[in-house]
Amino acid sequence: MAGRVIVITSGKGGVGKTTTTANVGMALAQLGRRVVLIDADIGLRNLDVVLGLENRIVYDLVHVAEGSCRLRQALIRDKRCDTLFLLPAAQTRDKEAVAPEQMRKITADLAEEFDYVLVDSPAGIERGFKNAIAGASEALIVTTPEVSAVRDADRIIGLLEAAELHEPRLILNRVRLDMVRRGDMMNMDDVLEILAIKPIGIIPDDESIIVSTNRGEPVALDPHSRAGQAYREIARRLEGEDLPLVPPQATDGWIGRLRRFIGLQSR
Amino acid sequence: MTVLQLLQRLWGKESERPSKEQAKERLRLVLVHDRAGVTPDRVLPLLKDELIAVISKYMDIDESGLDVTLSTEDSQMALVASIPIRGLRQRL
Repeated sequence: MAGRVIVITSGKGGVGKTTTTANVGMALAQLGRRVVLIDADIGLRNLDVVLGLENRIVYDLVHVAEGSCRLRQALIRDKRCDTLFLLPAAQTRDKEAVAPEQMRKITADLAEEFDYVLVDSPAGIERGFKNAIAGASEALIVTTPEVSAVRDADRIIGLLEAAELHEPRLILNRVRLDMVRRGDMMNMDDVLEILAIKPIGIIPDDESIIVSTNRGEPVALDPHSRAGQAYREIARRLEGEDLPLVPPQATDGWIGRLRRFIGLQSR
Repeated sequence: MTVLQLLQRLWGKESERPSKEQAKERLRLVLVHDRAGVTPDRVLPLLKDELIAVISKYMDIDESGLDVTLSTEDSQMALVASIPIRGLRQRL
């Protein structure tokens, strides 16, 4: 049976598509699935550094599309998890170097061998986005609880519908529970009142994301990180598990709760 | 949180609406525009023609003076139609 091809997209830049792709991919691989991640952001590749695999790149997506190497040769095996692979983007080319038809072929070939093919889409709604969604049969939309990001997510929902990619699912990223609590940040419920979409995960704003990206170690591998836990839960939901959708709480004990109660602690 | 904010909270001065409600309201409004096929100037002429057809069945209206626009006042979007009537039609 062929694997699932899932595009991770957002419209707006900087909301966490690449981090999400790396971590959901890593979490799925940790569950024993065979996973390949495609960096479709040609010219601005980043998935390699988030995964800490930047020193291993020889061939890339454009080489594969142009036939100057075999698909197998361009795949980089993750150093921590041997069922996770990366197909990196080219850094010195642009989005026009690959056509949607070629992406369809590459993702279909990979789906023969892998359980999951995750495509990290570039920001925007132009050629790079069209390439990224070309071979996908499912979509995850990443947004943050900000007016600009939610607006762009709405546009993406419309474009995916037009491309016959039905039932995308929403990841709400960088949620700050302290701000939600005092009514200064939209939570998942608020966003779902506005967007016609089903949710699949809430990622708390977590410093461990920055630290793990600094190190090139996906946070999904960190058992103590709340964001890591949220990514692992998304992976299990993709696998069909029915987990309650609540953001992982800070485990800060009664002093933290007291400080928060009297408003002395920001989170 | 500063001491001042803490005091304000204790005295119940934080009567301002939570900012997320403003965010949701502004989003709803902007998405009506976004979803309406990008621009209202494609929808409005069609709507205008159909309005004329319907209203003309019952009233004699001045088509040249007819004005249909979208207005956004008080954070609500409204369809505003100004239709000068010359006279009522005799219904059979």
